[in-house]
Amino acid sequence: MTIYFDNAATTSVSKTALDAMIPALTENYGNPSSLHALGQTSNQALDEARRTVAECLGAQPNEIYFTSGGSEADNWAITQLAEQGKKKGKNHLITTTFEHHAVLHTVKRLEKNGFEVTYLDVHEDGIVRPEELAAAIRPETALVTIMYANNEIGTIQPIEELAKVCHEKGVLFHTDAVQAVGHLPINVKEQGIDLLSLSGHKFHGPKGVGALYCRRGVRLTNFIEGGAQERNRRAGTENLPGICGMAAALKEAVDHLEENTRKVTAMRDKLIEGIRTIPCSRINGSLEHRLPGNVNACFEGIEGESLLLRLDLMGICASSGSACTSGSLDPSHVLLAIGLPKEIAHGSLRLSLDEVNTMEEVDYTLEQLPKILETLRDMSPVWEQMKKEGRC
Amino acid sequence: MAMAYSPKVREHFANPHNVGKIENADGVGEVGNAVCGDIMKMYLKIENDVIVDVKFNTFGCGAAIATSSMATDLIKGKTIHEAMQLTNKAVVEALDGLPAVKLHCSVLAEEAVKAALLDYYTKNNLPVPEELQNAKCDHDCESCMH
Ligand SMILES: Cc1ncc(COP(=O)(O)O)c(C=O)c1O
Ligand code: FES
Ligand SMILES: [Zn+2]
Ligand SMILES: [Zn+2]
Repeated sequence: MTIYFDNAATTSVSKTALDAMIPALTENYGNPSSLHALGQTSNQALDEARRTVAECLGAQPNEIYFTSGGSEADNWAITQLAEQGKKKGKNHLITTTFEHHAVLHTVKRLEKNGFEVTYLDVHEDGIVRPEELAAAIRPETALVTIMYANNEIGTIQPIEELAKVCHEKGVLFHTDAVQAVGHLPINVKEQGIDLLSLSGHKFHGPKGVGALYCRRGVRLTNFIEGGAQERNRRAGTENLPGICGMAAALKEAVDHLEENTRKVTAMRDKLIEGIRTIPCSRINGSLEHRLPGNVNACFEGIEGESLLLRLDLMGICASSGSACTSGSLDPSHVLLAIGLPKEIAHGSLRLSLDEVNTMEEVDYTLEQLPKILETLRDMSPVWEQMKKEGRC
Repeated sequence: MAMAYSPKVREHFANPHNVGKIENADGVGEVGNAVCGDIMKMYLKIENDVIVDVKFNTFGCGAAIATSSMATDLIKGKTIHEAMQLTNKAVVEALDGLPAVKLHCSVLAEEAVKAALLDYYTKNNLPVPEELQNAKCDHDCESCMH
């Protein structure tokens, strides 16, 4: 038995997405740039997918640029708008301390190349404060980039308010919405979003495909030079199977958003409730402004990777922000950003659910988790010390 | 990062040997620190210079638990002089290797054994052998502070 609670890392490809991909992998193999019939069939499929993605976001088709995924969309938006800003003497960027590495590392590189960067605090609850954004904006601010929802702790940012603050000060607003698209209602026009990144594999589409929404009127410069694809902005023969699969998956997710949210939220809340009964544990991030499928907890006295491996032995796939799982030596920058001390951040667990999960899986996990924690705590000198000091 | 553990590491992690504590142990050593994410505590029962029993408690990742388990296996029944020669390299080899990023976790196993032996020498007012001169853990060594 496998219980997959790692949907924030990636999701399975849905039947709908797969069905949409097959023709593009088989009979419709033409290059969308070719003028012959096969090429034009592909071109129509590409147009159709673009329309679908645009509709799902409340955008126009010519505001959608397909990419190789969320990372590319983030890199593209941030580097190109920063570069344009620089030409106008704007060398300041604003982001947050808990962005995905696709944003953080991009911003860090710009910082090395002479940009000044303000990293907004995300507070204990993992939420950016609009008034702090307002105070950080300067005349030379080229771009504000703030993620829609955090990939580790699932906290949802007040996007509409943040965008409003930016526009009042005449600054462009980009959001990495990779974790939000397909899981939260989004309308770029109503919310005032100038640029938005998304990725197909987070909502049951295929991996290696994503999109950048860029509002008409915002000048987007080329990221990849070459052919005339994506209206001359992003060269390379299109990943048509991926694009068709992503569009179909997104439409399915958006069409079922309400019922999925209801189902997933109920499972999430049951998990959170169950975890809260475990001594010396805590739930990370705001409970109120939270992705329907995100559970993130810390358990004192244990280390996250060993928890993960033991859950895996019981058939439960999860993830952790401990140093030992990240392959680096520090625990997750997200958990440190919300103020957790390192020794607690090492004991973190993320369960990310989705509509394909079931309440039975939740119950089984709530049965196994306390037993595993007990085993690990029983062999933990840290736990022993905590007990001795009466801290647990 | 993709970190493939060998079947042996997985086995020692899933069913670690010699987990626990020894009351009135002849030597106890604790190394590592919780900030870095790994702490190992080693208990030795020593009779006539032979390690007749060994137990460990570890807070740490899969590699830390597996290396603790393997290190205890390697020194159980050995003389204290043999145990002193234990290296993290030997532990890692016995586990059929560890991913490179996990090597620092394995250093702790060697240090924990040495710290426990040092404790035994100190408690008994015996002259400390050269191998153990630096075995005291101040919880701030290079491998722990990174
Ligand atoms: C918030 C966020 N941004 C960006 C990415 C990167 O997306 P991709 O894997 O499609 O490059 C991810 C997921 O890995 C993510 O969770
Ligand atoms: S082993 Fe003691 S500080 Fe590293
Ligand atoms: Zn360490
Ligand atoms: Zn470790």
